Amino acid sequence: MGVLFHKSGLMTTVQDTGRTGFQKDGFSVSGIMDSRSARIANILVDNPEHEAVIEFMLVGPTIEFTFDTIIAITGGDFEPTINGKPAPMYTAIYVNEGDILELKFARTGIWGYIAFSSRLDVPVVMGSRSTNLKCGIGGFHGRKLEKDDQIWFRAKKLYIPSFLSRTIPEDDFSQSEKTIRVISGPQDDYFTKKGIKTFLESEFVITSESDRMGFRLDGPEIEHKKGSDIISDGIPMGAIQVPAHGKPIIMLADRQTTGGYAKIATVASVDIPKLVQSREGTRIRFKAISVNDAQMEYKKEERAFDKIREIIHRPCREVIEPRITARRIMQLFND
Amino acid sequence: MTEYPRILAAGDSAIVVEFGNEISPEINGRIKSFSDTLKETKIPGITDIIPTFRSVLISYEPVTLSYREIIQYAEKLLKKVNEVKNEGRRVFRIPVCYGGEFGPDLEDVAKFAGLSVEETILLHSEKPYLIYMLGFLPGFAYLGGMDSRLAMPRLKNPRLKIEAGSVGIGGESTGIYPMASPAGWRLLGRTPVKTYDPQREVPILYEAGDYIQFVPIDREEYDSIRKRVEEGTYECEIAEYSE
Repeated sequence: MGVLFHKSGLMTTVQDTGRTGFQKDGFSVSGIMDSRSARIANILVDNPEHEAVIEFMLVGPTIEFTFDTIIAITGGDFEPTINGKPAPMYTAIYVNEGDILELKFARTGIWGYIAFSSRLDVPVVMGSRSTNLKCGIGGFHGRKLEKDDQIWFRAKKLYIPSFLSRTIPEDDFSQSEKTIRVISGPQDDYFTKKGIKTFLESEFVITSESDRMGFRLDGPEIEHKKGSDIISDGIPMGAIQVPAHGKPIIMLADRQTTGGYAKIATVASVDIPKLVQSREGTRIRFKAISVNDAQMEYKKEERAFDKIREIIHRPCREVIEPRITARRIMQLFND
Repeated sequence: MTEYPRILAAGDSAIVVEFGNEISPEINGRIKSFSDTLKETKIPGITDIIPTFRSVLISYEPVTLSYREIIQYAEKLLKKVNEVKNEGRRVFRIPVCYGGEFGPDLEDVAKFAGLSVEETILLHSEKPYLIYMLGFLPGFAYLGGMDSRLAMPRLKNPRLKIEAGSVGIGGESTGIYPMASPAGWRLLGRTPVKTYDPQREVPILYEAGDYIQFVPIDREEYDSIRKRVEEGTYECEIAEYSE
């Protein structure tokens, strides 16, 4: 008993924080694209933050619950409804057996996430529940979800503490212009001074050729010193490759482990969620920062997560201020 | 002139330790020694290690390990890295059934090399190839050391699908396809061994720095090994490398 897919959505997969430790063998990490949204969804339903979630792209799935559970929906605004009535995002909600959750075309953002308190029952393959589409392993039978697929739950968790407090403000992904912070290198010495200047001072546009593997950007040509090819080496998340055509490609969750194009810079970890939630046509400017500054930002983001955890564990106002509660109850009687 | 080894930042959660800017057995040896020591040291906060032709990418978690700390660790380890001897490294003896339906391009490659089919098989299988790196596909080994006479360019029109275990040549490279895939390689034969199996505790048989030697077998032996592979009773023969 779990979730039954009535409509699959565009690119709906099971993902967790990824399959690390096997990149030396050539296995892509896979995993969630927007780690911030997915982590928040798990926190809202009281799951460990690396727990597997359903990820979808641009068009969300329609899901029937075949068992009661608690869910949280985060990411882009997919205008969710449950049995036709609007359901809040960034909030823990109870769903009952037979309820139908419908997610539409994303009004903002690209990626959406659903976390389940009862946890998805898909096998752990090489240490992870993430779907690796290229190898056909992990997630739901190694593939994206289709109509009539059913994923069962592996825990029956219907109680979570401080339920009423489990709501936070939605992240906003609607900006059409964004500044993405990057750390120069490792192969910035493959580019001319002019090339680096073009990269850091021009505007680039996100193209439609953007997916779980990488985002392709359009803009002025970035000039190489002599050729774009390097002897293949490892590619970290957020690496910005510039092939011979001079346009940047940002390597993401499903990237291959190694590649032979010079990498001008790497996106700061904290800015990856902001980047991957950018729609086609979003205008991007890159800003270089130091590794130390990027790590400071990383730690700041971790503290922001501590804050989120604190907020949702705080007893809600109704409990702290019984007078308000009493007044509300009184009203009920008066009506 | 760039001095090697050198350490470069690859974002806020990874560094690259570069050992040179060419493909050579010496550099591969230092990379193997470095990544083996790194694995043994078990530094908390390191999440992944990718050894490649000339460098090692180390991913780490910045809350546990700062940029300064990871560089200090890497520098300390670099001092321990010595020239690694090839003697004693693992050689995976991979049985290959050459020609026939498994090797549709064997005769073309022989013609290209100006050799007989038998000579071509012998030349392709007589010495071990060094695994420089795994990548592109899971378990896809970039092998070095193939005789240049066999270096036939790839097909103009790649095949839409070749089977897992296909052994072929693409320009200067030779290797085994770990899974079914489209490919432009010239196919010489096929191995019954599963070099990649996600259900196995060690999904990929070998790692960078090991050797692969092809061992020609006939169709009958192919079928018998294949059966044992399916039953899970086959174990790949591993020899020790000697010059």
